[in-house]
Amino acid sequence: MFVSRSFVVASSPSAVVDIFNQIQPGMQANNFSEEDIFAVHLSLEEAFINAVKHGNKMEPSKAVKIDYSIEPDKIEITMTDEGEGFDPEVIPDPRYGDNLYKPAGRGMLLMRSFMDVLEYNKKGNSLRMIRYREKRSPKLQQKASNSR
Amino acid sequence: MASLKPRISVEYGEKATIITFTDEKILEEREIVELQESLMGIVEQSEKINLILDFTNVKFLSSAVLGLLIRVSKKIYERDGQLRLCNISPRIYEIFKITRLTKIFDILPDRAAAASSFNTQQ
Repeated sequence: MFVSRSFVVASSPSAVVDIFNQIQPGMQANNFSEEDIFAVHLSLEEAFINAVKHGNKMEPSKAVKIDYSIEPDKIEITMTDEGEGFDPEVIPDPRYGDNLYKPAGRGMLLMRSFMDVLEYNKKGNSLRMIRYREKRSPKLQQKASNSR
Repeated sequence: MASLKPRISVEYGEKATIITFTDEKILEEREIVELQESLMGIVEQSEKINLILDFTNVKFLSSAVLGLLIRVSKKIYERDGQLRLCNISPRIYEIFKITRLTKIFDILPDRAAAASSFNTQQ
């Protein structure tokens, strides 16, 4: 089942709840695992908070555009804010040195870890991320086919 | 057992104060600010607090919560206290592993293990 939608939402951190509530059934319908859904949920939250806080600077007049498509083997999300953009290369690695003790700066690391593709446009105000559906282990596949 | 701003429940035990997060998801900025105020208030109630944060109910959290935990842990250590985290689900633990926060937080399997891990020589 192929699902594709676009939204434009206000710069309110809570707006992402409705978006995830629309994405989740599409993932379930395409047999994505709970691990896949958790990964996409987390990445969506982190991307949206970055777009609203760092991109749109919490300005209510600015919006965030979200496009997503769900196919049997992957989910792709593109999120674009109205901010000035940034260079993702200059974000320090939060895992080392003093950064480990800083309260912020882990969102991008988590998105990179939980998604298979994470790309910014040249301006740095639009993020494209993809998660491929986890393949079931051969044992589980066998079990599923036996139960049919 | 006291209940604060429905986000946490607090138990004052002999060896430690145990705070259990009552929400499955901790996400919204407003919720996180409220949660931080509640936690800081409890930490400031006593010198050298032995605090256990119980994640039994937590199924999802964002990086903003990790920031909150770091701020709370700094406050505890400033006051010569100790902090333990417990009952963290494998998925949430993965977040701690990826961010290497397993290097700075003491994460124990359950409350009993957390309570018995406190250094009583303090």
